[in-house]
Formats: sequence, C-alpha cells, structure tokens
Amino acid sequence: MNSLWLLGCFVLLLSPGRLWAQVSYERIVRAESEPGHWLTYSGGYSAHRFSLLKQITPQKVAGLKPLWVYQTGNSNPVESSPLVVDGVLYLTQPPSSVIALDVHSGRSLWTWERPMPRDLRTLGLPVVNRGVALLNDMVFVGTLDNHLVALDAKSGAVRWDTVIAENKTGYSITAAPLAIDGKVIVGISGGDAGIRGFLDAYDARSGQQLWRFWTIPGPEEIGHETWGGESWKTGAGGTWLTGSYDPQLNLVYWGVGNPGPDFLGDVRPGDNLYTCSLLALDASTGKRKWHFQFTPHDVHDWDANQVPVLLDAVVEGRPRKVVATANRNGFYYLLDRETGEFLLGVPYAKQTWAEGLDHVGRPILTPDRSPTAEGTLIYPSLQGATNWFSPSFSPLTKLFYVSVREMGAYYFKGEGEYKPGMTFVGGGEHALAGDQAYGAVRALEVETGKMQWEFRLHSPPWAGLLATAGGLVFGGSHEGNFYALDAWTGEPRWQFQTGGPVRANPISFLIDDKQYVAIAAGQALFVFGLP
Amino acid sequence: MFTFIPRRDRLPTMLRRSYRFLLVFVFPCLLLAQTALQKDQVAPDSQKDLAAGKRLFEGQCARCHGIGGTGGQGPSLTRPRLRHAVDDVDVFSLIRNGIPGTGMPQIWTLNDREIWQVVGYIRSLGRTVPVALPGDPAKGKVIYESKGGCANCHIVSGQGGNLGPDLTEIGARRGAVYLRAALVDPGAALPEGLLTDYAIGYSEFLPTHVVTRDGREVKGLRVNEDTFTVQIRDLDRFYSFRKADLKELNKEFGKSPMPSYETKLSSSEIDDLVAYLASLRGNP
Repeated sequence: MNSLWLLGCFVLLLSPGRLWAQVSYERIVRAESEPGHWLTYSGGYSAHRFSLLKQITPQKVAGLKPLWVYQTGNSNPVESSPLVVDGVLYLTQPPSSVIALDVHSGRSLWTWERPMPRDLRTLGLPVVNRGVALLNDMVFVGTLDNHLVALDAKSGAVRWDTVIAENKTGYSITAAPLAIDGKVIVGISGGDAGIRGFLDAYDARSGQQLWRFWTIPGPEEIGHETWGGESWKTGAGGTWLTGSYDPQLNLVYWGVGNPGPDFLGDVRPGDNLYTCSLLALDASTGKRKWHFQFTPHDVHDWDANQVPVLLDAVVEGRPRKVVATANRNGFYYLLDRETGEFLLGVPYAKQTWAEGLDHVGRPILTPDRSPTAEGTLIYPSLQGATNWFSPSFSPLTKLFYVSVREMGAYYFKGEGEYKPGMTFVGGGEHALAGDQAYGAVRALEVETGKMQWEFRLHSPPWAGLLATAGGLVFGGSHEGNFYALDAWTGEPRWQFQTGGPVRANPISFLIDDKQYVAIAAGQALFVFGLP
Repeated sequence: MFTFIPRRDRLPTMLRRSYRFLLVFVFPCLLLAQTALQKDQVAPDSQKDLAAGKRLFEGQCARCHGIGGTGGQGPSLTRPRLRHAVDDVDVFSLIRNGIPGTGMPQIWTLNDREIWQVVGYIRSLGRTVPVALPGDPAKGKVIYESKGGCANCHIVSGQGGNLGPDLTEIGARRGAVYLRAALVDPGAALPEGLLTDYAIGYSEFLPTHVVTRDGREVKGLRVNEDTFTVQIRDLDRFYSFRKADLKELNKEFGKSPMPSYETKLSSSEIDDLVAYLASLRGNP
C-alpha cells in the first residue's frame, strides 16, 4: 500500500501539467498543434479562432446536445471567451471574477473575486470582462478598477497584483490580457471618458511594468501634430480588446479606439493619431514599428478594437505576410504586417460615410457625414458594421468569417466640456434598431474581400465566430440562438436556443478525446457535444 | 483649469486686511459648499441649462416622448409626477440606466451634467399646464364600448377581448397625439417593443402571414421571432414555426389588424375617444 502511494506520487511528479495547467510560452506558440485545448484568447497568437478538431461535421452536428450549463448568478452579461487546458476551463464573469471549472462536470474548482469599490466608474462601457490569459502556472486577469492580477492556476490565490491606472478618471480593464514570452500585455478601456489611452506590458513573474505605449502621442512625439491645441490630453484611444502576436517578427498587433470627444470633432482638429488605428509594436520594447489609421479624425465612435487576424496570403500574385481585419467603419482591410503597407480595403457592409479608399487606404469622405444638432443619418451605427466580437479565419476554406451589424443611426453633435470622471462624448446617436436593422454572418474571400456567402440573422449580432476543420462555423445571435453553419456554403446545420443574448465568442476543445464547443449566452456558459 | 487671483492693489482696505482670512477660511468653505451641492445633485434651473436640456431632449428623447414631451410612442412627460420616478434623482437614474422591460434604453452618451440638464427640462415640462384635450372622456367611453367596438379586442381593467394591447394604463404610457394617430392610421403607429433583451424597435402586433412547405397557411400577429423560428398568434391559439419549414414568411409592415377609425367615426367622436383613452391611467 505504502509503495503504491509512493509510486503514485512519483508518477505525478513525472507528469507535471497532465493534471494541472502548465502553459509554457512555447506551448501557446504551437497552440494549433494541440487543438484539444484553447490556450489563448483567440485560440492562437495569429488569432484565427479556428479549431483543427473535426469530429463535429455538417453531417453530425444535428446531434449536438448540451453537456452542462454553468450559471453565474450575476445579472450582467457574460462576454468572456473561456480558455481550456488540461481538464480545466477558465471563465471570467462580471464584474471581474475568475472561475475555474471542471470540464467534465461544469463544477467549480476555485473562484477568485475582487470586490469592486463603491464609487467604481464604468463610463461608456458595460460591467463585463472578456477573459483571462494563461502562462506557465498562472492565470492573468484585469479588473474594472484597473488591477492586473496574477492568480495561481491551481488554487486561485493571488501571486501578484499591480494597479495600472486610476479608475476615477474613467480607466477600466475589460479585455483579456495577452501573455507572450515572459510578458503580460494588457489594454485599457475608458475611451468615452477622455482618458489618454495606453498599452502596457508587465513581467509575468513579478508584475513589474516593462513598457508603456501611449496611444495619444505627447509633445515632441511623432503624431502629436495631429492634435490641435491641448486636445491630445483628453484624446482617448482605448486599447480595450485583446490583440494578436507574431513570434517571428516579435510584433504585437493591437487596435486603438475612438478619439475623445467621440462625436465632436471641432475641438480636436487633425487626424488624431493613433485613434482608430492598428498598431504594430515591438514586443520587447513597446516601440512602434508601424501604424495604420482606418478612420482619421473619427466622429462616429468607430473604434478599431477588432481582433487583428494574422495570415499568409497571395496578394496580386505575391505571397505576403498580412494582417486582415474587418473594421467597425464597414471596410475590410489587408495590410502587410511587416511594414503596415495598405494592400486592400473594400466595404463588407452598408456604409454611407466614404466614397471609397484612396491608394494608401485613406477614406474619401462623403459630404455631410458629420454629426449635427438635428441628427445626420449614417451607416453603420456607432456600434459599427462589426465590433469587439471575434472574426474567424479557416485555412481550409481560405475564408474570413465576420459577424456583421447592418444598422444605421442618426448621429448628434452635442457639447464637449471635459470633466474628469465623466463621459466625454460630445453627442450621441439614435440607431435605426429593431425591424429596421438586421445582422449577418459573411464569408469573405480573404485575399479580395469578396463575399462568398451570407447567412442572415434576425437582429444585429454581438457574438463572435469559430470555424472548425470539421467544416463548420459556430456563432450566436442576439436572440439567443447558438448555431452552426456549413463553412463552405453558409447553410444552417444546427441551432439551440440558449434563452439569453449571445454576447461572446465560441471555442472548441476535447474532453476525453471527444470534441466539444462552448459559448457564453445571457448569464451562463454552455458546453455542447455529440452524444 | 481657470484660477481667479484678485489683484491686491485693487482690493478695498478692509478686504485687503482680510485677504488671508478669505484664502484660509472663506474659499475652502465655498469649495465645501460646492462639493456638497455636486454630491446632493439637483436639476439645474438656469435658462442656459434649461435650453441645453431642451436641445438634448429634442435630439435624443423626443423621438419617443414627443417634442415638448407631449408623448408619442413613449409616455407624455408633461405632468408633475412621473410614473417611474418620484423625484429628480429617480429621473436621473432611469435616464442613465433605462427601464428594463420597456422601450426606455440606457443613455450612456450623456454625461452627468447633461443628464441633469435633461432632468431640469423634464421637470419644467411638469410645470406647464397640460393642454386640455378637446374631447369628452365620458362620451368617449360610450363610443369605446358601443360604436367603436374597441372592447372586442382590447382589455381595460380586466374586461374585453385579448387580441390587441391592454389599454388599462394607455393614457399613462402614450401621448394624445400618438393615440389619435393610432386611431386614424393604426398600421403606421404599431407599438414598438422588445423581442429580445436590449433590442428595442420591433413592431408588436405585426400582421404576419406564413405558408409552410406542405401548404399550410396561417395569418396572425407576430408574437416573437429569432433567426431560426417565428411565433404567431391568432384569435384562437399560438403557432410556432421553424423558418426552414416555411415557403413564405410575410411580415406586413405598415398594416395593423385594427381598422382605421378615420371614416368610421366623426372627428369629434375621435376627440372623445382620445380623451377617454388619455384618462386611462391604470387600476387604482
């Protein structure tokens, strides 16, 4: 008996990581080679949100059934994209809590909660958290009151806790951090409160800050000249959605949000860099390698906080390393991800603010597009043609799948007086919602942006997409449907009414060598598999 | 940040002597008083604030509540006491947070000061003398129950048919302009509601006609809909269809199951009916 016990201990010692998460950086770099897990926000650093698992096929998906449901018991929506490793699913739930769940049963293994201060400010953002990052034996989460916290993956105990910004002026963290080699990269929300945005990197072991990149350049920095007067000080530029990473180029790709005040451009003359831009930063130093601004001098709140998708494509006969993104402004873009060179930009949704893009990708503006006191009707609405929810890229179909919001809005211009700790938007919108709007999943040819198929949704969605090697695209509707489409044709193959709006991204993983898919909806997480 | 520093040489002698006193004692007290005022917010009343509140209201609220808050799709606000709000703080809170289960959305694009300006404007609406409606509610009640045939399809205080909306509190929920429009051209004034959380703007009582792939035909009113299914009701029952099973799904926007009363009733009879409906404020 005693020797058996010792043998058991020995086996445990020999197989670290089989029972508990040990997620090395190298493992995340090769995430696609172990599709049984979901190791980082978008499934891999390239952010394809694609799973190589193929047990669930268009032929079999009709048999998909819930395995378990986890309910948060919190009235705020779950927008978290879970991570799964070695039998444990890590989910966040509002306000900024982390829960580790047993993938077999849905029962909790530990929870970590940070009580929010009574005077917490969430200006222009919902009380949500979009997920954690994993690295080695730690779980990283950002909180609404700006603590970046490292938790022990086995126990949920705090390893370190670093405050990265003050909340009283409107900063919050809602994004999942991105863990790369020894570093945790985290973005910030608060772009509707006149913050000065930044992107930060912290040492994964100690929580010490390694670098900060201000998204609004200060005096004597390149780009500062794009802000009239003192307007840069309240220039916003949130970094509130997880970016992607190219380990070979050692570049982090991260989107930047709207300028402040959102709808009142008069008080901030200029292009307002680096708002509404994609940044490519050196991961070691935080220095800018290049940037591309999708919407110069934005007045419609079209944050570029979308997931940048890294892939290789042949553009005009030449193989290129590209970054593909469907922007909130209604255009699909391909950029060279080594240089930032503009390669392609075409509309993928109804837009009425630009005649098109010029040869360097700068929009050619339609007249009278700006918000007015009486309201100006423009497509898309301020929530954009798409938003934070993830697109998906399948290397098998070579299609870029995107959830599209077809909705216009009357944009209003208001006053823009900055007061610390208050919203600083200078106007608003009146969306043409309900029966005047609709949603869609669109499959775009990655190299041209041409639409291959469309699946109509009853209402504009808030859910991301997951393509699988089984030939399916999973997504969610705002009416509560979790569904699967044929990845080649867009034909619906299966759906399940979850009973709550789907405002999250799907993932896929294995439990005991069987494929499952999971998605949050309403205030719950659902896991589905074949019987 | 603008800071006012008085020039010493222009201060009267007494004040000059007490300059230090002012700096040390009076200014901090003023600051404290200002902080207390901000903490215990009240709706501002200055003409400038009212004008700003009016402008914001007309831009962002009037689509539902009508220009001047006379009501429309949303309730009239031209009364001292509002249904969901006892005081200014309540009004502020429901503008900021919305009212779940109704068409009133959360308003995050206004800052606190702007909301207080809107609250001030709404409060000023409560002080205006409501325009007396031209009709006679007692006569309107008779029309409702007899010639109008309204009770065939509508419930008031528990009595009546159940195809159309319950009108027990319709006077508290809708303005007179909207009520008249709904009687004259019902198809253009279908109420809008929520088919899903946060998704306002869906026509309720929308006439919908479906034909299934096996040839079955149903005409009724849309009750609910998602991407894959639609729920319909008629006088007798509910129906549920998978859209994949339908050959036709016609949502007849611009139409209503309710007849227009433009020619069925005289103009003064419509006035009476509107006055009666406007008087329906809920069960005691």
